[in-house]
Amino acid sequence: MKVSMKVNGTGMSGEVEGRTLLVEFLRGGLGLTGTHVGCDTSQCGACVVHVNGEAVKACTMFAAEADGAEVTTIEGMANADGSLSTIQQAFQDHHGLQCGFCTPGMVMSAAALLKENPKPTEAQVREYLEGNLCRCTGYHNIVKAIMAASGQAVEMTAAG
Amino acid sequence: MYAFDIAKPATLAEAVQAMKTGEAQALSGGQTLIPTLKQRLAAPSVLVSLAGVGEMKGVSAKDGVLEIGGAATHREVAGQRHYPGLAELAGRIGDPAVRNRGTIGGSLANNDPSACYPAALLASGGSVKTDRREIAADDFFQGMFATALEADEIITAVRLRVPEASNYQKFLQPASRFALVGVFVARHADGVRVAVTGASEGGVFRWTEAERALSADFSAGAVSGLKHPADGMISDIHGTPEYRAHLIGVMTHRAVAAAS
Amino acid sequence: MPKDFGIGASTKRREDVRFLTGKGRYTDDINLPNQLHVAFLRSDKAHGLLKGVDTAEASRMPGVVRVFTGADFEGVGGLPCGWQVTDREGNPMQEPGHPVLARGKVRHVGDPIAAVVADTQERARDAVEKISADIEELPAVVDMRKAVVAGSPKVHDELTSNLCYDWGFVEENREKVDQAFAGAHHVTTLELVNNRLVANPMEPRVAVGDYTAHNGESTLYTTSQNPHVIRLLMGAFVLSIPEHKLRVVAPDVGGGFGTKIFHYAEEAFCTFAAREIGRPVKWTSSRSEAFVSDAHGRDHVTRIELALDADGVFQAIRTETFANMGAYLSTFAPSVPTWLHGTLMAGNYGTPLIYVNVKAVFTNTVPVDAYRGAGRPEATFQLERVIDKAAIEMGMDPAEIRRKNFITKFPYATPVAVEYDTGDYNATLEKLLSISDRDGFEGRLAASKAKGRLRGFGLNCYIEACGIAPSQLVGQLGARAGLYESATVRVNATGGVVVMTGSHSHGQGHETTFPQVIADMIGIDPGMIEIEHGDTANTPMGMGTYGSRSIAVGGSAMVRAAEKVIKKAKKIAAHLMEASEGDIELADGKFTVAGTDKELAWGDVTLAAYVPHNYPLEDIEPGLEETAFYDPANFTFPAGAYCCEVEVDPDTGAVTVERFSAADDFGNIINPMIVSGQVHGGLAQGIGQALLESCLYDVNGQLVSGSWMDYAMPRADDVPSFSVDHSCRTPCTHNPLGVKGCGEAGAIGSPPAVVNAVVDALRRAGHTHVTHIDMPLSPSRVWAAMNANG
Repeated sequence: MKVSMKVNGTGMSGEVEGRTLLVEFLRGGLGLTGTHVGCDTSQCGACVVHVNGEAVKACTMFAAEADGAEVTTIEGMANADGSLSTIQQAFQDHHGLQCGFCTPGMVMSAAALLKENPKPTEAQVREYLEGNLCRCTGYHNIVKAIMAASGQAVEMTAAG
Repeated sequence: MYAFDIAKPATLAEAVQAMKTGEAQALSGGQTLIPTLKQRLAAPSVLVSLAGVGEMKGVSAKDGVLEIGGAATHREVAGQRHYPGLAELAGRIGDPAVRNRGTIGGSLANNDPSACYPAALLASGGSVKTDRREIAADDFFQGMFATALEADEIITAVRLRVPEASNYQKFLQPASRFALVGVFVARHADGVRVAVTGASEGGVFRWTEAERALSADFSAGAVSGLKHPADGMISDIHGTPEYRAHLIGVMTHRAVAAAS
Repeated sequence: MPKDFGIGASTKRREDVRFLTGKGRYTDDINLPNQLHVAFLRSDKAHGLLKGVDTAEASRMPGVVRVFTGADFEGVGGLPCGWQVTDREGNPMQEPGHPVLARGKVRHVGDPIAAVVADTQERARDAVEKISADIEELPAVVDMRKAVVAGSPKVHDELTSNLCYDWGFVEENREKVDQAFAGAHHVTTLELVNNRLVANPMEPRVAVGDYTAHNGESTLYTTSQNPHVIRLLMGAFVLSIPEHKLRVVAPDVGGGFGTKIFHYAEEAFCTFAAREIGRPVKWTSSRSEAFVSDAHGRDHVTRIELALDADGVFQAIRTETFANMGAYLSTFAPSVPTWLHGTLMAGNYGTPLIYVNVKAVFTNTVPVDAYRGAGRPEATFQLERVIDKAAIEMGMDPAEIRRKNFITKFPYATPVAVEYDTGDYNATLEKLLSISDRDGFEGRLAASKAKGRLRGFGLNCYIEACGIAPSQLVGQLGARAGLYESATVRVNATGGVVVMTGSHSHGQGHETTFPQVIADMIGIDPGMIEIEHGDTANTPMGMGTYGSRSIAVGGSAMVRAAEKVIKKAKKIAAHLMEASEGDIELADGKFTVAGTDKELAWGDVTLAAYVPHNYPLEDIEPGLEETAFYDPANFTFPAGAYCCEVEVDPDTGAVTVERFSAADDFGNIINPMIVSGQVHGGLAQGIGQALLESCLYDVNGQLVSGSWMDYAMPRADDVPSFSVDHSCRTPCTHNPLGVKGCGEAGAIGSPPAVVNAVVDALRRAGHTHVTHIDMPLSPSRVWAAMNANG
């Protein structure tokens, strides 16, 4: 079947099967490989994108279900001039990523969190990230980056 | 996943019709169904998406009963103000992205023995409205992953009696973060109901001994001496039957303390 | 040069920009024209006779191009093991074959039996279900102690038993150690399990094989920490492809943690099938598949004894460990419980006599190999746990008993065959006690009590050995590889520098830290420096990244190559400025002549190297490009002290980590921000091992924790913010940067601190029968420990 959706502001369409997941359509159909797949039990969150403004796991939604929707992926998160957005810049400033694989999902979840709760506490950030796994950072600097992106003070990253 | 088609009915009537075709399977939020399909544990010929069915949306309260559309997401349930204990429960299901997709109807129809909503429905009392009938809460759950629903039956709405006071305590299974043991305590004008999820091989159940004690005296102290037997409790790598039975007591105590 | 660059600066990572904007290029992002997909039929039985595989129906399924079975690999080699351990009698370990696709027998759940190559991934999976494998199930061996009992079913029929080796270290010390125990004032004994783990990098493994008929070359794109090692192993031992006809590319890799070191069947399969079919063949692992095909980690069962004198001074250590190898020997599996474990058993302490016995055992489980720390966490855990238990038994303070036994003079030759070059264990311990605010513990304990929680404080020390080397030594120990590293420093005509390194970055930040070093050496803008890694076609033969070796070994190779470049550039500069070579200095990107005002820009000299009109051609060749292979003189020995504070819910047994502090001595540091990040990640993995993670098989060899629904990964709210410090620095004495390595420390040092803290919490609350709980300290286990009759 044919599906059409607005992805990062641009109308896109393509042929999919019923069983084609949204993440498969984005990666394979549209070549937007920034959205990653890290598990098959809807736990890791590497595939988080926004559908009609809400964070969803693109591995747990069919492309057909996103027909007609507005989808935002990591490729659509930078500022219009190509510079890093506030959240992206905070991740770089505070070393909130290492291998980079979970990062797109982390950024998309962080954006959803700050939309709902612009000044979260550290505990709220940690709780909100329940559906995003990272194996590299120990979450320390991810939490710090999100706190910084919310405009709240954090001490310098580097110690020693 | 095996190959299948996706039907996207816009009305309940269309959905009911679509469910009559071949090996149809209702698709609500898909947060449990899709991982199941990935494991090739189900082979439907068509998935009937209920997301577009107008009659299944919305939340309304009337005469002490909260009616929630079957396609309402966990996020929507978490956002309603009529039933705070339920809102709190819904706000802790899965994670934020899962709550944006998963639905109350889908969760109840699946009746995972560790899911949260079954405890809420059973403790609240009320009913499940389907495309063809209304099923009382006490008759709905029939063991792990088993309900009174017929194969092609669709949950259109859930009706819950809003209690005077309620609280849900969930002890997390550390990996899945489903309930290792979850206890929902609801104090109604006509008595207290205590529903336990996650613990039993028979799925969600009411702890009648605690209900009697709490109906007489709704205080944490009233359940301090109660112990749930370990018989029939689930045994797995995350907990023995004895541990789960113990947690039922602890979580009940905490739920009452939080609700009273 | 900007102040935020150069050695010691917390330079922001340049690689982040592509990862943050979705422009990373991971192996699964690679799709070649005309590409096919493979799905494997894997054994659902732990042990069985494979009597036949019927692929007829699968071959007729839509989209299927070809179905392969073990028979198609007639004449193809098996997956090799890269380390041979010699047992107590001097005999080589038992080394079974490891076919690409199972033949004759299946030996673990997940053992690949057949493979379907089809036009889409789902169609390949559809067809896999139509393969019929005739397996006669055999009894499985899962428990290591049962596996070595006579009459146990054998994983490999051609071996004499399931015992891979029985290793004694140092065998000559055995009797002296026994005598020390016989005469000891006090002996503390502890039996413990180092729980089996799954590495779980966030990126599942992927392999894409390609073959170009016009030149007969094969290319493998793979999620590897060491593409050159894969090229050598797969080319030489499995597929008989010479290096010049085989290219291995490991592009952006989404975390490794050890499990992406090894050469896997799927890599060989995709390379082989692409050549057979003449089209690219791609495999993408699902997470579920990863659980039964990625090498697992740890899985030791140990009994450790510590002999002490009346003052608490350690007299001797004796250990016996059963180490699980799984069903086959993964690439470096035999080295992990032996040379990476036994040699660290002295820890930070001057124990004069040590004997380590390890029995490596085959079982019907997934192969077990190195996972972050590899052997060193197992050594640290048992040693630091038995010390805490001894402190309890002897009524000593846990810090004091350690302090009393610290090694204080360096270099120090341990009784387990290594020489620590430097260290200051008192300094890191004192730093730890300060940053962890141990003095404030009583107040925090009171606050916990007030809310009905138990609280405990646990500390421990650790030492690790990084940069496994030198090659001659590891060769004597059984390594079938050299363990040097390489780098080529290419200076372009206009002065830009490209470093081609044999190290591989999969999160460590080499693209930032390596240029920091070069920028310091030459004094040029970091934007002029580029790092290339991960492609055998454009990097010199290197051994890759693991064992915290990149900056210590790979960085040293780069420094050596850059020194050669600078030496040559100075010759050119001397010629151009008509000065003596010995008077030329290079700083801030300028060559100057000592005692004069003559100067030449870096770019003028590099241009002269490639446009040699005025050039000392009689002395040196044109061009400015040098390669170095660096083979270290010794391991490096990072060390430190860690501390954990926990709260325990007495009603449920749930443990929460309230505070965690780490004081490390990594020697010199290139980028403190990145070093802290490495420690944070290791701590979360160590806390995960201690509290959450457990890979469990049932008695039939079925994997019980086969997905993240049952294998608990640490989440953001499972860990606290960490307090890390690396201001104690005793530079490594034998590498040019004085660096030691920091990648594994967190995972090595943290598990004992967590367990020590939980045991402390329980004992303070009156559960004095508790002296140990096996990891993971899940709520149910802690609750059971509290409620056991002691």
